[in-house]
Amino acid sequence: MALKDYPVDECLLQGNASCPGCPATIGLRLVLKALGKKTIMVVPACCTAVIESLYPHTSFDIPVMNIAFEAAAAGASGVEAALRQQGRTDITVAAWAGDGGTYDIGIQALSGALERRTNFIYICYNNQIYSNTGIQRSGATPYAAWTTTTVSGKNEFRKEMGEIILAHHIPYAAQTCISYPEDVISKITKAKNIPGPKYIEILAPCPPGWRFSMDKTVEMGRLAVDSGAWSLWECENDVMTFNGKSKLILEKKIPPKPVEEWIKYQGRFSHLFKPQRDEERLKAIQKYIDDLWERYRKCYLKP
Amino acid sequence: MTIMMDTGNRIAAKAAVMARPEVVAAYPITPQTTLVEAIAEYVANGEFKGEYICVESEHSAMCACIGASAAGSRTFTATSSHGLLLMHEMLHWAALARLPVVMCNINRVIGPGWNIWVDENDSISQRDTGWIQIYCSSNQEIYDTVIQAFKLAEHQKIVLPVMVNLNAFILSHTSMPAEIPDQQTVDDFLGKYTPHWKLDIDNPTTFGNIIGPEYYFKIRRAMQEAQMNAKHLIPQIAKDWKKASGYFHGDLFEYYKCDDAEHILLSMGAIGAESKIAIDELQEAGHKVGLARLRVFRPFPTEEVRKLGKQANLIVIDRNISIGSEGALFNEVKAALYGESEAKATGFIAGLGGKDVTYKDIETMCQKAIQGTAKEQVWYGMEE
Ligand SMILES: Cc1ncc(C[n+]2csc(CCOP(=O)(O)OP(=O)(O)O)c2C)c(N)n1
Ligand code: SF4
Ligand SMILES: [Mg+2]
Repeated sequence: MALKDYPVDECLLQGNASCPGCPATIGLRLVLKALGKKTIMVVPACCTAVIESLYPHTSFDIPVMNIAFEAAAAGASGVEAALRQQGRTDITVAAWAGDGGTYDIGIQALSGALERRTNFIYICYNNQIYSNTGIQRSGATPYAAWTTTTVSGKNEFRKEMGEIILAHHIPYAAQTCISYPEDVISKITKAKNIPGPKYIEILAPCPPGWRFSMDKTVEMGRLAVDSGAWSLWECENDVMTFNGKSKLILEKKIPPKPVEEWIKYQGRFSHLFKPQRDEERLKAIQKYIDDLWERYRKCYLKP
Repeated sequence: MTIMMDTGNRIAAKAAVMARPEVVAAYPITPQTTLVEAIAEYVANGEFKGEYICVESEHSAMCACIGASAAGSRTFTATSSHGLLLMHEMLHWAALARLPVVMCNINRVIGPGWNIWVDENDSISQRDTGWIQIYCSSNQEIYDTVIQAFKLAEHQKIVLPVMVNLNAFILSHTSMPAEIPDQQTVDDFLGKYTPHWKLDIDNPTTFGNIIGPEYYFKIRRAMQEAQMNAKHLIPQIAKDWKKASGYFHGDLFEYYKCDDAEHILLSMGAIGAESKIAIDELQEAGHKVGLARLRVFRPFPTEEVRKLGKQANLIVIDRNISIGSEGALFNEVKAALYGESEAKATGFIAGLGGKDVTYKDIETMCQKAIQGTAKEQVWYGMEE
């Protein structure tokens, strides 16, 4: 889709309360363009609850129901059931949650809603931290990253939510990143037109959380994909397709950039470079990514 | 009208289905299970045409009811004990969001250790969530109260969720006859649900975003006013229901032989029903004692308690204990009397963990209170 073909409607209004350079608002703007005004959004506790702005104002031009942190998918299940009873199948129900609300506290409700074949789109914007509460670790935080609860770097690797989602065998699941507007819009648009449960996760590099300058948000997302630290894919009815550079990396048509090319710009990894290089942890980070791609190749690369 | 001879749970399910909620979301837990199973049967035989979401937890059950109610549908759920406790955060949420969800709670003990018998600590510990709380003592009352609960919850002067409580097994699993009016009577009584607010693509509004203290203060105050409105609307709606169906269950208290009473027993739930036999026996033996069975715990009927305190000394039986304080009903009764009455109040903790409370036990408690030999608060059966 060319830029000129993007939907002109803006459902995310001006004057919201996000940080400058916020990836969540970039993502929201694109997602809402693709979803359009016939959408009801369910939002749990996360940065977006702040981005909405202070009552009685709002930055959303669609109906939004806020719900408790762990509750997005369950709340959306109720909205969806009610609309179905009312015959309002023309309305899209979307949950929009952070990685904390998805990987950690909300995983049970999410898994339940997917298993029940709830007709909705669950969108996780993944900034790899609890940013609303001031940068704490989540299950999505990568190994060795600093957060306020992993002061000398996280000791564990992130969990692969995508693989957990795929185990539910839902009609559509995808990973994308705010740095690829076309990819975001096309995946959301596709999901909107598929009945049943859909899951889309959007990587959202967060300047204050990852400790990089606020003009580098888009670049941080691109480097994540170029280095293979993040991947773009979609899985429709169990048929997996990698997109863009991720496809080339999968097929070994291009080598991924060394992961250092991505992390060296992020203050959350600065302890791996200063006062001296922490070779052991740098190697472990690279190995995690290499192993992940080897696993992808085994599963998804057709000989 | 038909007579249904069945358990409290199955009669509650019948009432819930006849109220025609558009969405039911529930999760099984003993002793509520037969209630959700009965609804599943109504789904299978076509009597229930709404959505029945078999969620993966009680927390999600309440969330789904919240979502469905916010989308403008009438909703119902049922739970018990640990299920109710798991919902706690969302109970507050439903009430603060002013969503008229109706729920049956089967009063059951909280673990550890695991115990499935009756005890009211589960719902009593949710008393500050903003839900209206009603306690039943017979299957007919369960039927009538569930129907009225929808009317109450959705009343424009209330718009709060309502919890209808029935004691584990003594009511949930005991068959008693209940008169069931025809569907048309229920439909005419409840009318179609018109939501107070809803998620509407033609009027895009954000609900529940960040709010400053000024507005928040107002929200809490409005909830309190709604509960106060319920104090006169509960009996009024019950009168309307009596006109429609012939049955009356709906006062804040059910009074039994209170004329000339010098001592009045206050109790709730199944103990409330059992108390009538005790009162008969005590009166036969010449004691001037009557019964006020409390039906509505929230809103708390302060004015009625004061009236009782002007007439008689009060004896309170609690099947719950607010650890570190005292029985919840006893506590609130004394607070209501403060500065208004010289009445003596004696409190008994009884029947915790499902320990049987027979009419003989109730008689003994009353006698101790009447003789003045009881301490202010007594753990009945473990005085030594
Ligand atoms: C039950 C509960 N526990 C904790 C919190 C505090 N809390 C609010 S948002 C949040 C983190 C959100 O993280 P994420 O979902 O990743 O969204 P982000 O803030 O990164 O946008 C936490 C811990 C809460 N609101 N509710
Ligand atoms: S902390 Fe990050 S995700 Fe949250 S508003 Fe700021 S930039 Fe956006
Ligand atoms: Mg996050």
